[in-house]
Amino acid sequence: MSDHEYQPSSKLGKWFNDRLPLLTLSNHLQEYPTPKNLNYWWTFGGILTFCLITQIVTGVILAMHYIAHADLAFQSVEHIMRDVNYGWLIRYVHANGASMFFLAVYIHIFRALYYGSYKSPREVIWIIGMIIYFLMMATAFMGYVLPWGQMSFWGATVITNLFSAIPFIGESVTNWLWGGYAVDNPTLTRFFSLHYLLPFLILGLVILHIWALHIPGNNNPIGIEIKKPSKDTVPFHPYIVIKDLFALLIFLIIFAFFVFFSPNILGHADNYIEANPLVTPAHIVPEWYLLPFYAILRSVPDKLLGVIAMFAAIFVLVILPWLDTSKVRSAIFRPIYKQFYWFLVADVLILGYMGAMPAEGTYLLIARVATVYYFVHFLIILPFLGFKEKTIELPLNITEPVLGGSANPEMTKNNSNPKSNL
Amino acid sequence: MKKFFKIIFFVFLLLNFSNQNLFAESSNELLKVNWSFKSFFGKFDRSSLQRGYQVYNEVCASCHSLKHLSYRNLAEKGGPEFSEAEAKAIASNFEVTDGPDSTGEMFTRPAKLSDKFVMPYANEEEAKSANGGAYPPDMSVLVKARKGGADYIYSLLLGYEDPPTDLKLDDGVYYNKYMYGNKIKMSAPLSDDIVEYSDGTKATTEQMAKDVVTFLMWTAEPHLEQRHKTGFRVIIYLLILTILVYFSMKRIWSRIESKV
Repeated sequence: MSDHEYQPSSKLGKWFNDRLPLLTLSNHLQEYPTPKNLNYWWTFGGILTFCLITQIVTGVILAMHYIAHADLAFQSVEHIMRDVNYGWLIRYVHANGASMFFLAVYIHIFRALYYGSYKSPREVIWIIGMIIYFLMMATAFMGYVLPWGQMSFWGATVITNLFSAIPFIGESVTNWLWGGYAVDNPTLTRFFSLHYLLPFLILGLVILHIWALHIPGNNNPIGIEIKKPSKDTVPFHPYIVIKDLFALLIFLIIFAFFVFFSPNILGHADNYIEANPLVTPAHIVPEWYLLPFYAILRSVPDKLLGVIAMFAAIFVLVILPWLDTSKVRSAIFRPIYKQFYWFLVADVLILGYMGAMPAEGTYLLIARVATVYYFVHFLIILPFLGFKEKTIELPLNITEPVLGGSANPEMTKNNSNPKSNL
Repeated sequence: MKKFFKIIFFVFLLLNFSNQNLFAESSNELLKVNWSFKSFFGKFDRSSLQRGYQVYNEVCASCHSLKHLSYRNLAEKGGPEFSEAEAKAIASNFEVTDGPDSTGEMFTRPAKLSDKFVMPYANEEEAKSANGGAYPPDMSVLVKARKGGADYIYSLLLGYEDPPTDLKLDDGVYYNKYMYGNKIKMSAPLSDDIVEYSDGTKATTEQMAKDVVTFLMWTAEPHLEQRHKTGFRVIIYLLILTILVYFSMKRIWSRIESKV
């Protein structure tokens, strides 16, 4: 925190601030110098914070009415939907909120990939972010189990069975996770307990994520280091606050369309059938946001290697700051990386689509090619590109191109219209 | 080049969301009905709900339960909206076991508004043995539990046909062109004039199917009307707020030489 000189104006404020500098913190958050050329892809940090808080608030209320028991869980969800005042609203916000949370986190992650936000000195922000993302997936998966529908039960069975691929101890680990010899009541109660716990870990990590962000400050679309504060920056309040609020409201309109007009479109119909260990659904599919990883898992013929590939797909993201050898952050100045970036986006979408399809024939073949390409992008293309690529000359500061006096007109064009980057 | 990727990006986004099987050969297209509850302002057709309850009660209820519903729901707003007296009369037709009384004995009494719908069978095993081994699913959320929703249930009810000549069916198995695998253990439940509507509507098979599916949509989503109404208000509120915030933002950012 750069502004240690801050002094509260009132005597009481000063007395309190000397003992616990909350007012200094609040002042820092207001004054925090933010690059003024941030585009709307940067608003998703605020949107994600909102999503997390929404999930926690609705989740706490749901937990007041939900019963974590294999015989009663499904019924208690129907009780919430029918008899609890506005229970339908709270549950639909929570269920669709998870999808909106992931939609926002994917945009947030792909924004970081495009603008090189994971590069020095922001590696720690990125790694904390990846841990948050991983915990989000675990939390969402366990939350999906709680209504104890068919997809809950069979999804839990498939995913927990992955651990049985571990050599020698796999079976014991799986039984330990289940609390028995199959997914049953003990599994449900521990998933409920963890589903309640993990969001608070995520909240703590989010605070660290923001703290780590406030040390170097925001990256920006140009990706150059800027002096803070300077005429390249604006104070967080009110400039960024109002912009984030505007973006959040647009996001909320889309959110509201899902909640009120097609609340079940993102879920699977089978989850309205009560869990039945004796009947396996025709296709077991996870929620849409886990599909790319599910596709990677299934495209490897060996179970253990499939599990390793799936976890490796996340791990390559964690070590990304050291895989990408280019010193230039923003894809705006990396013409070749920019194309590979869009290949990656297409690749992940293809993986997601194949994850929803049965793993056979052409689907499986495409999923395999896409899986290989995913790893090639991170492990081969990115390390080599850093040495080979001829990048475009960087401007000296933000203000220069904004005012149109740039030596680099191409970049000015890109910067003046944030949408042209996508 | 960039345009090309943009197109790919949005095509896949659409595909992922519509969840359609692009490469699958088209199977039987579901019959489409212009449901009154589908649209943005969609509401239930009140008299259709009441007729639908009658069809459920006289045809489906002998095998299919509605275990998540209570008799009071029949008189609640947004549903069939029977009067309270009517709902009480409906409930009193059913016997429930209550107790123990002061002597420790269980006893039966007519159902009250607060009771859950009485189940046709005591347990799943009884239901299975009475239906040739197939369990008639609970209908409370059936519409939401089937891909295709209301259209699917409607199509299924009207989808009974003679099997193709090369298909041999066991006893008690029927051919239905919309059922997964085309084999169903429920015989065609509806036939013309199987119920007599008190409001004079002609009880054709299509009419009864439409009414009972409307009723089942309500049992699956009893707050649908309130949801649509609240949703409309929420979105109008958000739109106005968004516009106000947009102009505030423009005003604030006009203080500095930068675009927002």
